[in-house]
Parts: sequence; C-alpha cells; structure tokens
Amino acid sequence: MAATPYETLGIKSDATAAQIKAAYLKLAKKHHPDLNPGDKRAEDRFKAISAAHDLLGDPEKRARFDRGEIDASGQERAPERKFYKGYAEGAQGGRYRGAGPGGSDGEPFHDIFADLFRTGGGPFGGGQQRMRGADQRYQLSVTFIEAALGANRRLTMPDGHTLDVAIPAGLEDGQVLRLRGKGEAGVNGQPAGDALIQVDILPHPFYRREGDDIHLELPVTAAEAALGAKIAVPTPSGTVNMSIPRHSDTGKQLRLRGRGIQGRGGRPAGDLYVTLKVVLGTPDTALEDALKSFYERHPIDPRKHLVETS
Amino acid sequence: MISLRSVCEEVPGVSEADLLRWLEQDWVRPERREGEPAFREIDVARIRLIQELHIAFEVDEPTLPLVLSLLDQLYATRRQLRLVLETLDAPVRQSVAETLAPVIVVEAG
Repeated sequence: MAATPYETLGIKSDATAAQIKAAYLKLAKKHHPDLNPGDKRAEDRFKAISAAHDLLGDPEKRARFDRGEIDASGQERAPERKFYKGYAEGAQGGRYRGAGPGGSDGEPFHDIFADLFRTGGGPFGGGQQRMRGADQRYQLSVTFIEAALGANRRLTMPDGHTLDVAIPAGLEDGQVLRLRGKGEAGVNGQPAGDALIQVDILPHPFYRREGDDIHLELPVTAAEAALGAKIAVPTPSGTVNMSIPRHSDTGKQLRLRGRGIQGRGGRPAGDLYVTLKVVLGTPDTALEDALKSFYERHPIDPRKHLVETS
Repeated sequence: MISLRSVCEEVPGVSEADLLRWLEQDWVRPERREGEPAFREIDVARIRLIQELHIAFEVDEPTLPLVLSLLDQLYATRRQLRLVLETLDAPVRQSVAETLAPVIVVEAG
C-alpha cells in the first residue's frame, strides 16, 4: 500500500478523532461496494478506506503507527468479506425483488456492458468484435490432509469434460484457484476464459490448523505421562514416533518440527504441536489405594489458579 | 442453513431483537424451517449491509426501507440486464455489442 492511512482518508496527520470518523464515513458511504455494484474498483477503495480507519480510529494503534512501530499494512485485517452485491445479482437475489422502475445517476450497469464488450485485453474500437470466452466458476471441497500436503483432483464438468486441479500445499479455506484457458471457449479465435475454482477445506476430526502449524490433542495414559514413553503419533504425512518425557502432564505441549503444513516456494513447513491429555481409565482397588496414599503424601491443589483475585 | 443465533454472532452489533424486528419489517426474508428462520449467505450479507447502513452510516430505521427499496430495484434491474445479455447467442451478442459501441462507452479492462 503506497498511500499512508492519512492520505487514504484525505486528512492531516494531526486530525482529531472526530475528523477521522467524519472523513471515514464520508468516503465509506461514497465507495461502499454494495452501493456501487457497477464499479469494480469500489471494493478495493472501500477496503483501503476501512483498513485506514481500523488503524487511525483506534487511538492505541494510531499512536503506534505514528511512532513507526507498525506499518499501515501490518494491521490490515485478513478475513475476506463477502459483499451483498455478490449474491444480489444471482437467481437467489430475486427474494429481495422490489417494485417499480429503478434508477441511479451513477453508471450502475457499467461493468455489465464492459463484460459484453470484453475484447480480450485489446483496446476497444469499432468494427469487428472479438470476444474472450467467459470465466466459469466452480466449487470444490477438499479434505484437511489434501490442503495440508497438496493433491491432485479431477473434476467432472456438467458437460462431461474433466478438469485436473492441482491443490497446492498450504491452500487456505475458500481460496480461489484460477486455471487459465479452462473456462468458456473464445469467439473468433480469441482465448478461452478461465476456470475459477473456489476450494473449501473440510474440517478434520482431530487436527486443527493455525496458519502453517497444526495442533493435535493426544490422549495418553497416566502411566505414559508419569513414566515417559515412546508413542506413535499420527501426522498428516504419516505416523511418527515421539518420546513423551517422564513426569509429563495434561496440557504439556510437544513440537514435531516440520510436521505441519508442508513447505512450499521457499516457505518452510509448519510444525505439529501435540498437547497431551492424560486419560486415567477405570482404576481398580490397588490403584485407588496407591492414589490415596500418594496424594496424602504429596497434597496438591490443581485448582488454585481458578481463584479470582479481585 | 444458518440459525438466528449464529447470524448474531457472525455480524457484530446486531442483536436478536434487531434481527427479529428486521424480519418483521420484511427487510430480511430468510426461508423457514419448522417455523424457525433459516438464513443463507445472501441473507447474512444483506444483514451486514443493513447493519452498516444503520449503525456506521447512521441511516435511521424509518429511512432504511427507502434505501433498501432503491437498492433492491437497482439489483433487480442488473439481474435482468445480465440475464438478457447472457441469453444471447455469441453472434447476437457480438452484433449487440457492435450496435451499442457508439452509444455506450466503457473503460477497457
């Protein structure tokens, strides 16, 4: 991002909180993507305005930014927002059909005509029109493991064609893959459109992902935790033997380096964090007696940190 | 399908009371499952938009139906226009594009 958040909002660096809010509201109302469906750049502008306001609207973040501790993009929020306009033009948008003639003094159909006139990147002129094929959208669900390690999937299109899709390792949930030239065929020798495949990741029964790392809760017996053990641990890329140190307890975290999301393009692989969970099983009288005498000799209060100190 | 409660969790600043009122006003029209509202993504996106218009942009509730009605008409028109253009066969599309070229100016790209 080249512009500073102050430039993005069009204010001076000594603007008051009220001035920041007023500038943000004015620009946000003007550029809200749902209020400007015909303008494809409105969404980018709105995101930049929102990011600038997130930073400057929070006195603490603003002070840190002013001191140079964080940069303008460092605080940008990642979650992709799905705007209403993305749905409103589909068939389901009919649910919110209004009555009577519409109208706007902007150019609400600009993008639709741009699609009609699309000439495959060349300058627009009169005469013979040549059109690049339309992009086609698909949706694909992959397993947690496929997303972690990468995979090849074959999609069968409604028309019977198949499409091979390489799922890159480390794919994020909802990521869209673009397959060049795999969309609709072009007209008059123009290139075909692209296939846009939105990939959703199915949740895993025991792995949980955080960035490039994976977390796993590993049940161990009381004996394995107390005495130490070598245990076979499942990882996305296969089972690994891990040593549990003596005197471990529930909550102890062990790291298997490089066993998280697979590395790619110079980015190192993530780690697998294993958190132990001690499982007692059903004690017999011998264990009951042993436990009783043990805790009599070594009394502990495992709940002492739960007392509020107010 | 998304429940009323998860919508409120997903869209900060919208309470169940707000949502029930908006349903009653017919601003949001989820499907019904066994009498309970069942929301889809489009409904959640619309709720987010209403929330933003109302809270951030300070459009008050008596004025909101006016804004929503204009937006709904705009989107209905856009849907229809898109549908019309998509229905045309490639040669017809091309001839429409040629006919409209002098009338409608669009930016390249």
